[in-house]
Amino acid sequence: MTPKARSRTTDRLARATSILPLILFLAAAARIPALAAGKTWRFSLDWAPSLGIHLSFLFDGLSVFFVLIVTGIGFFVTLYAVTYLHGHSQTGRFFFFLHAFMISMLGLVCADNAICLFVFWEMTTLFSFLLIGFDHEKEASRKAARQALLVTGAGGLALLVAFLLMEQAAGTFEISRMVPVAGDIKNHTLYLPILVLIFLGAFTKSAQFPFHFWLPNAMAAPAPVSAFLHSATMVKGGIYLLARLHPVLGGTTPWMATLVIVGAVTAIFGAVTALGQTDLKKILAYTTLTGLGIMTLLLGGETHPSLVAAMTFLLVHALYKSALFLAAGIVDHQTGTRDIRDLGGLMRPMPFTAAAVFAACLSMAGFPLFFGFIGKEIMYQGTLAEAMMPELATFAAVFANGFMTAVAGILMMQAFIHKNTTVSGPVKEAGLSMWIGPLVLGATGIVFGIVPDMVGTWLICPAVHAFHPSEEHIQMALYHGINPPLLLSAVTITTGCLLYLWRRPAIKGIAAIFRTLPADATGIYEYLLDGVGKVARFQTRIIQNGSLHRYLYVICAFFVFLAGFSYLRGGAVALPALWSNTPLPAADLGMLMLLIAVAAITVVFSRSVLLAICALGIMGAGIAMIFLRSGAPDLALTQLLVETLTVIIVAVILLRLPGLQKSGNTGFLKTAMNAVLAVTVGLMMTFMLLIEPGGPPNDSLTRFFEENSYVAAHGRNIVNVILVDFRGFDTMGEIIVVAAAALAGVALIRNRKETP
Amino acid sequence: MKPSLILKTATRLLVSLILVFSVYLLLRGHNAPGGGFAGALVAATGFAMYAMAEGAASVRQALRVGPSRLIVAGIFLVIATGLVPMFWQMPFLTGKWWQISLFNNMEITLGTPFFFDLGVYAIVLGAILTLILALEDKMEES
Repeated sequence: MTPKARSRTTDRLARATSILPLILFLAAAARIPALAAGKTWRFSLDWAPSLGIHLSFLFDGLSVFFVLIVTGIGFFVTLYAVTYLHGHSQTGRFFFFLHAFMISMLGLVCADNAICLFVFWEMTTLFSFLLIGFDHEKEASRKAARQALLVTGAGGLALLVAFLLMEQAAGTFEISRMVPVAGDIKNHTLYLPILVLIFLGAFTKSAQFPFHFWLPNAMAAPAPVSAFLHSATMVKGGIYLLARLHPVLGGTTPWMATLVIVGAVTAIFGAVTALGQTDLKKILAYTTLTGLGIMTLLLGGETHPSLVAAMTFLLVHALYKSALFLAAGIVDHQTGTRDIRDLGGLMRPMPFTAAAVFAACLSMAGFPLFFGFIGKEIMYQGTLAEAMMPELATFAAVFANGFMTAVAGILMMQAFIHKNTTVSGPVKEAGLSMWIGPLVLGATGIVFGIVPDMVGTWLICPAVHAFHPSEEHIQMALYHGINPPLLLSAVTITTGCLLYLWRRPAIKGIAAIFRTLPADATGIYEYLLDGVGKVARFQTRIIQNGSLHRYLYVICAFFVFLAGFSYLRGGAVALPALWSNTPLPAADLGMLMLLIAVAAITVVFSRSVLLAICALGIMGAGIAMIFLRSGAPDLALTQLLVETLTVIIVAVILLRLPGLQKSGNTGFLKTAMNAVLAVTVGLMMTFMLLIEPGGPPNDSLTRFFEENSYVAAHGRNIVNVILVDFRGFDTMGEIIVVAAAALAGVALIRNRKETP
Repeated sequence: MKPSLILKTATRLLVSLILVFSVYLLLRGHNAPGGGFAGALVAATGFAMYAMAEGAASVRQALRVGPSRLIVAGIFLVIATGLVPMFWQMPFLTGKWWQISLFNNMEITLGTPFFFDLGVYAIVLGAILTLILALEDKMEES
């Protein structure tokens, strides 16, 4: 195949994979009526039942709500990515990661067992790492990927501990079974530690202050990944967790206070920072922080309006953010720059992208008729109904929304309406498969804005009902009459417009404020990471200085010391008679031992490497003979083969590697010390082997295998039957270790720097 | 260093015998000394000899697939044999056996453990060859 034809086939295959999210989306959508009627599905597979760990999944309003968002956006992201990555050499890898990422997220939102949820949680971390670092040849990508992995991975560990503690308190890992005993958990002494650890998990994942810094850096990922990561997956994982655990842990003072304060700080921080950015994707990344902050602070509420507002805003945000990130990718793809100062007048050459951006931006700014308007109205209703600190929540929401309005204005006006001549050459609209995604997602924002009550009844209410059962109904409508939310909306839009008009002084002011701050989160992270590196380098310099001789020396010395110490502490041990328990005739054994001893002496004293290697082989063969004569033919065979192969490999390396022919001159003292250590290790080993069996061997296992080997496993060779059948799982682990060791070894061999 | 003529000639005679022996060990393993691990060691010895006599490139050519692919195929095979019994509602890696009639009314008992052993064979052989060939390459470079 020519490269061109191959790339066309790859594209076609990649496009075909978009059927996966589409089918899942339709399957989930078909369940909506039943869900709205209050039906749920549960499905469970045993995993480690003795530990209470099951692969159990619960499909209720909340999980299906997330499934719809993830698969719906996932479908357009996949389509878009085909064109975006056209001609890339690693398209296949990308789509594997992308779909694996999506499936992990789906598993996360459907899992009912906490451990199962944790596994999917870590899988999203892992695949987001691979996706953020997809352009692994760029240092920025690698750094961003590592940062995301370290921050969210640390949070994941906290989450695991939290789940283990929750199991202590509730007696089950199934989240749905924790809900009825929520009162016990909240009164448990472990409640506070659980809460702190859950928050660590959720806040790192959802990029809440002060763990927010990985998210803006994660924009090093390709545009479709950013769109997916910011709108539907990953960061929404933390929000999902807070919603899911709301009935189990929520409603207490520490829960509400922490969420409102952290959410408010994150929202305000994100909004303020977004205004000063010039990179399209950075602007969007910081507005994601704002969105996530608002969701967090709404989830701190206990009343129905706050929680409805949280879910509504989540949907609003998912729609406009995915559209905007995809559009930003189109702009980057078509013009070659994402710097908003260099962009301008893109409306004429790129009408479809522009339409999508306008729809999304107006939704983000919360203009009437757009779904964002509904989201904002209900958000204010929610913040005013917060159980704790409604004033702070409302202030943060209004403040952040004002900034978001201004940012939306900058995005639309600067990039698409104002003329600018910096972009050189004619700009063309991207292909249909690229702009269709943002356009549909943007248009959905309008459709939802026109029929908000349907969205509320079919999507939002079932979702909220799943974690906050209440008879209350929130009416979603375009116009509720003059009420506080409407007035706050007016304030927001006015603030936004004023900010937009005075954006230059505002940006300067913000920059000045940020300069006065003593430290930022990224700096602290870098400092800590540097510290870890320094400690590691220090330790390596001392313990692993590169001399194999020293490693062996340390290991052997420790062995002798520790084993000898424990025997001395254990008191006197009786040495059994040397010749007891040997099935071999003394003459045979004596001959073999003589052979081995001669070979060993030859190894130590020979001046020729080749002779030493051969003698080593003879030693091994002698030991194999002992095995053979003791009735262990399998062991003998394997031993003999390993010896043969070792001799060959050593011969391949040692005999032909330049500079290894002669061992260096060592002083007398050093040689003496080596000899002493070698003799001590030998004696210690002999001693241990002599006393360890201690008494007649227990042959119950032998009898079991003798009786069952042929009956149960159709094999007469017990050793082999044990390896491949009775203990097959162990073997599987072992051979995978062998495989990993081989691959790691090859990496070492290939990358070895040539020494001159 | 040029390999000697003796080594080359002997290798040609021995390698095919060694490889046949390795398959023999693999097949008899369930009832007599042998098995996937031992078989793979024998095969690796044969290929290592071949690599010493004729160079890594000839081994690669004789293998047709890269040794690392052998590892991957082995891992897949092992996992797949583990999954097979799950279709019969048995736990992962349970041995599942079939009686297969061959010509002349011969009957053999074939089960998933054999394929498991085959996977072990592929992984071990692949692992050793990956290392040996990488070393050979390095030697030939310098």
